[in-house]
Amino acid sequence: MTVPVGAYLALSAALFALGFTGVLVRRNALVVFMSVELMLNSVNLSFIAFARQLGAIEGQVSVFFVMVIAAVEVVVGLAIIIAIFRTRDTVDIDDVDLLRG
Amino acid sequence: MELIIFVAAAIGALAGGVGVIASRPPVRSALSLLLVLGSLAVLYLALAAQFIAALQVIIYAGAIVVLFLFVIMLLHARTGEARAEKLRGQRTAAVLLAAGFLGVIVAVLRSRPGAALEAAPEGFGTAQAVGRALFTAYVLPFELASVVLLIGIMAAVVIGRPSGTRP
Repeated sequence: MTVPVGAYLALSAALFALGFTGVLVRRNALVVFMSVELMLNSVNLSFIAFARQLGAIEGQVSVFFVMVIAAVEVVVGLAIIIAIFRTRDTVDIDDVDLLRG
Repeated sequence: MELIIFVAAAIGALAGGVGVIASRPPVRSALSLLLVLGSLAVLYLALAAQFIAALQVIIYAGAIVVLFLFVIMLLHARTGEARAEKLRGQRTAAVLLAAGFLGVIVAVLRSRPGAALEAAPEGFGTAQAVGRALFTAYVLPFELASVVLLIGIMAAVVIGRPSGTRP
């Protein structure tokens, strides 16, 4: 028995909602960052599912570029987190509020 | 057969996703993320995307999660989270928003029932097929990606070095 493409899309939506919740709820910058990765991955899953459904390789090429950008984003983001930790001694995003109005 | 693989991988991915946002020590979140990434690699294989599945394991599981673990260990001990909420009702609002978002997407999915998948064309999703697309139609974005990676490396070095030192 084959799995309909909708099942993959539903799983992707569920993972995206989980990442969404993580970004809104958690205050540890590292965990927020991991939740962002979770959302990126859920979108990758729907890209792959659509590529398979339409028989178009472009979906997989898009995932390739998303992965490249995600890798760069993680490297720069973690560097920023380390820099913040060095100067303010915290990774709690509620403590980093210099720009608060 | 495909159904069994899908259900197993989906359970793994969802359990890992809950683990990422619910576990208290960040190390456990990182390992849960690893579970999600592994399950997704299995699903990519089921969707005839061998090359992307391999990339997923190498880049995400091999590099990104390891980087997360390094940083967690570097920042050791003081990465705990205060229990008190600064913003009242933040948690409830977040869960409600996410549930509403999920509801909207599921409603959209249900309004357009997708057709069952046909057999993938021969050689779909192999390194050869993806590589051919990358080096013909998408060669410019591919080259730009290398520039972006280089800029990322330089940015990490510049931002990450201790303040006051010259490179």
